This record gives sequence, C-alpha cells and structure tokens, in this order.
Amino acid sequence: MSDIKKFMFVNRKAPYGTIYALESLEVVLITAAFDQDVSLAFLDDGVYQLKKGQQTKGIETKNFSPTYRALEGYDVEKLYVEQESLEARGLTEADLLVDVTVLGSKEMGALMEQQDVVLSF
Amino acid sequence: MKFGIVVNEGPYQHQASDSAYLFCKAAIERGHEVWRVFFYHDGVNNATRLTEPPQDDRHIVNRWGKLAEEHKIDLVVCVAAALRRGIRDENLAQGFRISGLGQLVEAGIQTDRLVVFGD
Amino acid sequence: MLHIINKSPLCHNALESCLRTVGSGDILLIEDAVYAATKGNAMEDRMRAAAGQIKVYVLLPDLEARGLADRIIDGIASVDYGGFVDLVAANKNCQSWL
Repeated sequence: MSDIKKFMFVNRKAPYGTIYALESLEVVLITAAFDQDVSLAFLDDGVYQLKKGQQTKGIETKNFSPTYRALEGYDVEKLYVEQESLEARGLTEADLLVDVTVLGSKEMGALMEQQDVVLSF
Repeated sequence: MKFGIVVNEGPYQHQASDSAYLFCKAAIERGHEVWRVFFYHDGVNNATRLTEPPQDDRHIVNRWGKLAEEHKIDLVVCVAAALRRGIRDENLAQGFRISGLGQLVEAGIQTDRLVVFGD
Repeated sequence: MLHIINKSPLCHNALESCLRTVGSGDILLIEDAVYAATKGNAMEDRMRAAAGQIKVYVLLPDLEARGLADRIIDGIASVDYGGFVDLVAANKNCQSWL
C-alpha cells in the first residue's frame, strides 16, 4: 500500500475502568504495521494510561502498560501529552513510563488539525 | 465521497449504533458511498443473530444487514473484540463478516472520511 | 476540522476539553451533547462565547427526541442527519470526542 496517511489516536480514558485503552493500543500496533504515520495524543484521564508503576495483580487483569514502552520498536515515536491534563491530575512528565512530548492545549489542537484520520475510542 | 464508519458500542444500550446507522442512510441519500462499517469494542454486539428486540422496537442488527445488502456496504466485525465477547461465525448475523483490525486501518486509508461513533 | 461531541456537558468534560483545545473549525453536538445547545443550561455562556470563534451546530433530531427543540441558543445552527453528513464532507477531517 503506497498511500501514507497521518493517523492520530486520541486517548482520553483511564485504563482498567473500561477496556478502551487496551483495545485502542491494539489498533495502534496494527496501524504501525501498515506503515502509516502514527501519533498518539493523551488528554484528560487518558494521561493516566502512561502512569508509572501500574500493578494489576490485585485486580487480576493484565497490566498492559509495558506495551507503551514497546511502541518504539514499532516505529511509533510520536507521543503527545497535554500539559493542562497532567497538571489537573497532579502529574508531571517524571510520572510517565515513556518519553513524551508535552504540549499546551492549543498546540495539541493544532496538531489534531493536521491529521488525516483521528481515531478515538 | 467515500465514508468509513466505526461503531464502538453495542445496540440498544447506547445510541452510537443508531446514530451511525442514520448517518449512513443520510450519506447514501446524499449520493455518497459508505464503503465499510467497522464494529469494534462492544460494537461487535451489533452482529449477533441471537438478538430479539420486542416487536414494537427497531431491529438494529437486521437493519444493518438490510442496509448493507441494499447498498453493498462491507460490515466488518473485529475478530479479537468479537471472540472476547462471544461473537463468532456460529452466531453471526447475515450481512456481517468477522475479520482483523487491519480492516479498520484499511478503512482509514481507503476512505475520504472516517467517522467514529461510540461512548 | 469537525469536532463531534456526544456527551452532556454537565456529566462529562468532552465539550470542555474540546473547547480548551480547538482554536477554529466546527463543533457538532449530537446525542446527549445536544443539552449544551439549550438556553438556561449552565454551559450557555461558554457556548455563546465559543460560537463567536467556532461555528457550533446541533443535531435537531436528537434535540427533538429530548423535548428541547424550542430552546436552541441563538447563534447555534441546527442540522438534520443530511446536514451532519455535509459537515463531515465539508471539513478536511473529523474527530469524535468520546
């Protein structure tokens, strides 16, 4: 497939409470396999997906957070986190388990404008 | 214009499937093409033929099947999401097919607009 | 870009987040987000302010279903499903704030 489109995955939901974060990640990996231009945006409770130190043994659910660290191996390197969402949750970049680019709200909005396909779950 | 649609919620519980259906119908009436509808997350529950709503209610599952048949829409149910929720070929409604997530990515690549309906 | 919102603004922050993030484009309120398009709602001032720089639309069948079609805030345009399709087609891309 020769056409390369800009795909953005917008993550606004926390992990574990619902399955959206996990199943979204599955789409991200497949999209990368199609050699598309993939970026991930984390806003609102979606920033909790990237919190370090998730321990899911007690809820008997798979901890899928290490997958975010594996994204680099799939050439998915554009991870954007909204500054305002971090602040509203008492988090800083140091709390996140992977390297990200922190953007202000309006910068994030401008980035969304540039996409061909925006998927949110 | 060529449209792709994503449905992330099951029928009856959430309005997403209704909104997506009415959007598709309106798009077709406007002369557009609905190329594929991809059912993901609990949206896979739109594809079970075991669905039996009360007689005075809309039949969301059959309605999708009928629209697809009339307008050659590809109704694709995500295999991983479907197996998790007990949807398989044995109970798949007419007009739907089960396939991989690649079909969603392909819809993003091949269509002019991809519209997501969910919760 | 078309931003599609489907949540009541008094229950969820989808509309709030959208307004914080976007600088221009169109917003379409559908499903439970149509409450944000009604006069007297706590979001009314925000919506009036937003309608200055962003074009705000509401899906009329959803508003009618909820018994509030007679209370649309001035400056918010109503569309039917055909109008929804036109908005998606007219914008370069779209995003559902789920």
